[in-house]
Amino acid sequence: MFEATPLLFESGAPGRKGFAFPPCDVPETSIHEAIPPEFLREEPAPLPELSELEVIRHYVRLSRKNYAVDVGIYPLGSCTMKYNPKVNEEAADLPGFKRLHPYQPEETVQGALELMYHLERFLCEIAGLDRASLQPSAGAHGELLGLMLIKAYHASRGEEGRDEILIPDSAHGTNPASAAMCGYKVVEIPSDERGGMDVKEVKRRVGPKTAGLMLTNPNTLGLFDENIAAIAQAVHDAGGLLYYDGANANAILGISRPGDMGFDIVHFNLHKTFSTPHGGGGPGAGPIAVTKELAPFLPAPTVERRPDGSFYLERHRPQAVGRIRSFYGNFGVLVRAYAYIRAHGPEGLRRVSEHAVLHANYLMRRLAPYFDLPYDRHCKHEFVLSGKRQKQRGVRTTDIAKRLLDYGIHAPTIYFPLIVDEAIMIEPTETEPLEALDAFAEAMIQIAQEVERDPETVKSAPHRTPVGRLDEARAARRPVLRWRPPAEDTAATQER
Amino acid sequence: MVPEELRYTKEHEWLRLEGSNLARVGITHYAQSELGDVVYVDLPEPGDRVKAGGSFAVVESVKAVSDIYSPVDGRIVEVNKDLENRPELINEDPYGQGWIALIEMDDPRAFEEQLTAAEYREHIGEA
Repeated sequence: MFEATPLLFESGAPGRKGFAFPPCDVPETSIHEAIPPEFLREEPAPLPELSELEVIRHYVRLSRKNYAVDVGIYPLGSCTMKYNPKVNEEAADLPGFKRLHPYQPEETVQGALELMYHLERFLCEIAGLDRASLQPSAGAHGELLGLMLIKAYHASRGEEGRDEILIPDSAHGTNPASAAMCGYKVVEIPSDERGGMDVKEVKRRVGPKTAGLMLTNPNTLGLFDENIAAIAQAVHDAGGLLYYDGANANAILGISRPGDMGFDIVHFNLHKTFSTPHGGGGPGAGPIAVTKELAPFLPAPTVERRPDGSFYLERHRPQAVGRIRSFYGNFGVLVRAYAYIRAHGPEGLRRVSEHAVLHANYLMRRLAPYFDLPYDRHCKHEFVLSGKRQKQRGVRTTDIAKRLLDYGIHAPTIYFPLIVDEAIMIEPTETEPLEALDAFAEAMIQIAQEVERDPETVKSAPHRTPVGRLDEARAARRPVLRWRPPAEDTAATQER
Repeated sequence: MVPEELRYTKEHEWLRLEGSNLARVGITHYAQSELGDVVYVDLPEPGDRVKAGGSFAVVESVKAVSDIYSPVDGRIVEVNKDLENRPELINEDPYGQGWIALIEMDDPRAFEEQLTAAEYREHIGEA
């Protein structure tokens, strides 16, 4: 099972087929008549030739090597890799949702509009804000839209000169990237010794140039910023707005609301907090919720309700920042998030966060004797260890992560946040049973002991995976982006 | 691995004084070992203005993407084009072939204001 699987291109043999086409029942035309010669290739493409069974085996073998939350714990900090309930998929698979066309008349899609209308209300209630847009396709897309709203808001008040966004040094890289993308200058705010934003520094750096501040709370260290009220006031007093990066919203559902903390804009990562599928490049959704002052700038269309109870798309929004997504966003993802929220209800969502926080604290206390814990206080849904102690034995955090693969466990996030040396960022999520938490803790503890006893085994890990340590540096410096037949590959190497 | 003749910053850049007002700048041995294998360097353009404390280049390693901060106010005179194809020079020879940029300092006294080798060693806990 754990041998390397050859590529389809390296398998099969000339003449093998997986499918026999039926006789052609339309008149045949020569390809040379149908397509101009400059678009025709002269040699046939070197496509692999395989039987159906060979193809099936190829993909089934690959799938058995796949690691997913349906296989085991996936403690990737900052990513909230919770279990995605299958009922979400059933809901999204209902023909009335699945077979919709975006150009269908409104009266034939009332159910879909009703779902979007209520999902917007749910997200606003969870955020403690007034209106939302479901259109952004990802968290970073939501960030960009949020910053565009900040810009539009200041412009509407004749304050175009506000061109600075304050961001803590513990932030995820998307925050400064989104701000720069939106044409803002980034002002980095250092963290204090408790891992929160340095309030003195916030007060010193806000002013007439401040457009806003971006913050996750709890932050990327998994710590709740207790000074949020003072920070919010300082930013608001200076005329700026507060943006809440909802990456860590799994810690606060039904417990605290960004709007109550003073935030003006919130994005939610539905694939994190609301259990829609991760990965594969999407589709995703990163809805944003805003205060009523910012609502006029939200993009068209919005879903509205008529007095007779029917729903419609409002396209006339004169102050809107403009379209940011075709149609209405990734509707199938919205259905899954709606199903999740309805299945849990308000009490259930609160329990989600309580258990997420409990699980993280449990793991943190089990691991604290074996690893450095740079910020030793109650965490929220995730925590950050440092591999400093192991580094003194010549073992780096990346080695520990690779060694975990030998235990059949997906590694946590490493080297993030940047302010922690040799960072190991662990987010178990609420859906893991106690046994899975313990198995993860045991593996980490065993690795910590191996570092003392036999560091070489850890440094040369992984040993039980289909391939061993990959040369990441060479892969980044000289990426090979497509397969070539061996002869051609040799020639290409020589050319270089 | 902290040469005596160079000056340093808390952000782990080194400076070498060349002529009366030129500073060659790179990142320290300690910085490259913390970053791990460097895979890409985003260089400024000759002629670009730089401000002390402002980012003027970006170094991407297998671990992280890091801004490189100018230690001084000035103007970029030359950049190390070899890094475009061989970013690994920063790992292999951080104080030599792995230099990043040559900066003309507005005020050459800025060089003397940087950390000495002894001060930098203390900063990274190798004193």
